[in-house]
Amino acid sequence: MTAAAHPLVRSASRWGRRALGFGLPGFVARRVLWGLLTLFLVSIVVFAATAVLPGDAARAILGRNATPAALAALRNQLHLGGSVFQEYSQWLSHFARGDLGVSLASRENVSTFLSHRVENSAFLMLLAAAIGFPLAIVLGAISARRRDSAFDHVSSIVMFVLAWLPEFVVAIVLVVVLGTTVFTVLPPVSFFPPGDPPWDHLKELVLPTLTLVIAVAPYTARMLRASLVEVLESDYVEMARLKGLSERTVVWRHAVPNALAPTIQVIALNFAYLIGGIVVVESVFNYAGIGSALVQAVQNRDVPVIQAITLLVAAVYVVLNIVADVAAILVSPRARTSLR
Amino acid sequence: MSVVLPGTLPGRRRRRPLTLLTLRAGGQARVRIGVALVVFMVALVLLGPLFAPHSPSAFVGLPFAPPSGHVLLGTDFLGRDVLSRVLWGGRSILELSLAAAGLGLALGTAIGLIAAYSQGLLDSLLMRGMDVILAFPAIVFALLAVATVGPKLWLLVIAVGLSHTPRVARLVRGASLDVVNRDFVYAVQAMGEPTRKILLGEILPNIAGPLLVETSLRITFSISLVAALSFLGFGLQPPAADWGLMINENQTGLTIQPWAVVAPILCIALLTIGTSLIADGLARALAGIDRAAES
Repeated sequence: MTAAAHPLVRSASRWGRRALGFGLPGFVARRVLWGLLTLFLVSIVVFAATAVLPGDAARAILGRNATPAALAALRNQLHLGGSVFQEYSQWLSHFARGDLGVSLASRENVSTFLSHRVENSAFLMLLAAAIGFPLAIVLGAISARRRDSAFDHVSSIVMFVLAWLPEFVVAIVLVVVLGTTVFTVLPPVSFFPPGDPPWDHLKELVLPTLTLVIAVAPYTARMLRASLVEVLESDYVEMARLKGLSERTVVWRHAVPNALAPTIQVIALNFAYLIGGIVVVESVFNYAGIGSALVQAVQNRDVPVIQAITLLVAAVYVVLNIVADVAAILVSPRARTSLR
Repeated sequence: MSVVLPGTLPGRRRRRPLTLLTLRAGGQARVRIGVALVVFMVALVLLGPLFAPHSPSAFVGLPFAPPSGHVLLGTDFLGRDVLSRVLWGGRSILELSLAAAGLGLALGTAIGLIAAYSQGLLDSLLMRGMDVILAFPAIVFALLAVATVGPKLWLLVIAVGLSHTPRVARLVRGASLDVVNRDFVYAVQAMGEPTRKILLGEILPNIAGPLLVETSLRITFSISLVAALSFLGFGLQPPAADWGLMINENQTGLTIQPWAVVAPILCIALLTIGTSLIADGLARALAGIDRAAES
């Protein structure tokens, strides 16, 4: 092991820079290319976990008493039988063409089975983001303005604790307090007829949205507070103060826009975190989204549904991570110049 | 071999910062509250079974019976004593999450150290491999693992441990990069020390501070994730007494007998609040020390 970079890597990265260009466009191109490669590796992991590892997936799903005919039919449906490489490439090519297979539990086409669930989950996440992130920005700005005040200290502890509480704990406490026991003002489950648009059932959405807001807003607020504190100590803020501008103008006009930039990265990462959050939250509230569908699919060993949802989630996750990386580069002058 | 005395190697940080970090963290009220909560909950988990009034599997009343002198927290969906099951049901979560955090920290530290020290091709391969795990939210990764052979406890530990690994590896690699190019590392290299000794004996002690903060965060996250998985039904299987499973089983009776759900929820909440308060205090203490060292 040597401390210097391996010559192969050095030349490879030099080649990458030359081929894809320098500066920001080159960085974005390399990042997207790497994202695609990651997704390719992810697809191997997903296929291996669901179809290869357990020995014979078909027998594992149908059980010991399955008839040979049923086993053969399922093997065919899961693209099994042939070498592992053939199985995988067949599965991937079907997937790439949008043929996600047929759900083993509901006998439905996976793409139709998932379409309204994707819509439901996306709506829930967007609602939580639309409420959570502005709330976080306001809370973070107030804490930074009143740094080291009682409000700042209390809110920083409360936010840290809330950010680390498991989502299902928050969810069930909200159900007990607002749904079933203390006040019975909100429906404790978010079940509505499948196919109904979620925006027709906003009352059912209050508790799951609130849970997700509590899961992401505190962390975002803490990050904004940290970067705002740094900005408020900078020279140009001092300059604005010396010009005689009111503290309110200094904070909201001059400091917040500059502190917001790093927060974009945090928001992208927290958006990614929301995707993990919906798995548990949808299950608690019995909300028909992809999160609860994944849990049920794992319980039923519904392999095509597991494959589709995990790949979809990974794809969104990778995209959000690219957004976060590019945002981080855009806002940090030092990182931007180091790209050259 | 000892031409240069270990303590006098150029640019070497002494090991005292870890003691300093613990002392500074311990001075904060939030850390004291956190430690008190954790000690109380761990004592409850370890000693609880001794004080349980009933067997955790005995049927002592009607399903979802309200609290009474006989059953202080009422009964669960099968008529078993909630208090006894809460006193028995923490051990699994504590053991599984500590094992998973330990696995994730050990593996992540090893990968991070090797990546930072080797740089080059091995570094790229290791960290790119970590990116593949990072492409899943932790809970989705764990569910994917469960999908292979079903809910097994060893699998749960491995899946949760692996989901920690890339995050630990990134932190360790980042912290070690500051250390690997210091003069004292070159000095021990020149003395012909084996790589394993350089990594564990020279670099690891110098990143102990950030690693301690990460450890407290990983334990908190482990408890959350293990509890969530067992709440979803992928942890201990019935008729085991387990906080996550209890919440799952008794959720249907929430309107009649909320204690069967609220009691285990409270236990998980107090435990994670305790560990997260400690983590927050440690992180603050570390930031304070770094700031003092810069100025």
